[in-house]
Amino acid sequence: MSTPLIPLEFDVFARLLKLRSGIIITPDKTYLLESRLQPIARKWNLEDLRGIAKKLSGMPDQRLLDDIVDAMTTNETLFFRDQNPFDSLKNYVLPTLTDKGHRPRKIRIWSAACSSGQEAYSIAMLLLEEKEKYAGCTFEIVGTDISREILAKAQSGIFSQFEVQRGLPIQYLVKYFVKDGDRWALKDTVKSMVSFRFFNLLEDPRLLGTFDIVFCRNVLIYFDHNTKKGILERISRALSPDGVLCLGGSESVLGITDKFTSVTGQRSMYQQSAPK
Amino acid sequence: MMTFLIVDDSRVIRSVARKIFQDLGIETREAENGQLGLDSVKEAIPDGVLLDWNMPVMNGLEFLQSLRATDLERQPKVILCTTENDMDHIMAALSAGADEYIMKPFDADIIRTKLEQIGLL
Ligand SMILES: C[S@@+](CC[C@H](N)C(=O)[O-])C[C@H]1O[C@@H](n2cnc3c(N)ncnc32)[C@H](O)[C@@H]1O
Repeated sequence: MSTPLIPLEFDVFARLLKLRSGIIITPDKTYLLESRLQPIARKWNLEDLRGIAKKLSGMPDQRLLDDIVDAMTTNETLFFRDQNPFDSLKNYVLPTLTDKGHRPRKIRIWSAACSSGQEAYSIAMLLLEEKEKYAGCTFEIVGTDISREILAKAQSGIFSQFEVQRGLPIQYLVKYFVKDGDRWALKDTVKSMVSFRFFNLLEDPRLLGTFDIVFCRNVLIYFDHNTKKGILERISRALSPDGVLCLGGSESVLGITDKFTSVTGQRSMYQQSAPK
Repeated sequence: MMTFLIVDDSRVIRSVARKIFQDLGIETREAENGQLGLDSVKEAIPDGVLLDWNMPVMNGLEFLQSLRATDLERQPKVILCTTENDMDHIMAALSAGADEYIMKPFDADIIRTKLEQIGLL
């Protein structure tokens, strides 16, 4: 049996997470720390979380810090999650940005906090379905996340039978995947549209270039007010003047920043506010 | 209220599916093979059918083919729900007129997202 964490040790982990990822963890989530960090303790040949906490004092190994942050991220995601943003993308955002396809343009799309890639790949499949309308346009999709492990999975483009059944229409499975043993692999036509990179939302996204469309969904919920504000304002600087930001169903810019205004009639979609 | 017909020869699967549909506020009827399923559809057309593939008397594909060939006031949506999980089976089901396809094992999440996709939720 491992010895229970004392508040001081809880603090070590909470502060580390907040500092390195922005993720907030409250004492009522101690069980989550325990269950997710136990495997890390084992991997590092430490007896338990107290052992990890002790190793963190002094000059901690960078890889241990990465492992801890990695383990504490929640990577829950699915294809075409919430459907509605994808309908907006197809029926409003793409037509608006390209004047219904008449204005040839390079469109860069960012799936910020992409987890195992379902969001980025859903966008890619949607673009393939729509490609006739946007013949003069080119598209680039970038998926980023703070978890290297989940990025490797995203990059592989290989999904379990369970994953391909959550949110993915069966016609898309037939069209865009091949069966690989008991798993499903995305075809290169889809995979090649997306590139994945490590990126921490606490950093400046202009490192990644300017984007026309940003999906930043179901990640702000893990942060406190100031962190959310910082992230949203940095995204605003990396978004083209007519660009669109899409947030998760339970997320909003309201009361956090005035850099964005919601797009009328398009739930979860935001545009740059007019300069004052 | 929306009604689903569950066609599966396994009593266990039927009851698992029934519970999931009920939790979604969907009424269910059941049949244990394709033939009984067809009889049930002719009596009252459900909004959707959750359809197993391998069953005695009449299998799921045969059910689907005769259902689609039957002149009904409206055609129910059909979701295949089977352990058959290769591309050939999926293609065969789609070309016979299936709207969706679930590879067993399934859970409430899978059923819910599939229902959303075919516009029933
Ligand atoms: C719940 S998933 C959301 C995935 C997808 N956007 C969706 O809506 O389905 C949240 C993701 O945010 C990532 N994440 C958490 N903190 C982050 C940070 N500071 N920078 C970048 N990604 C972060 C996690 O690794 C995780 O994969």
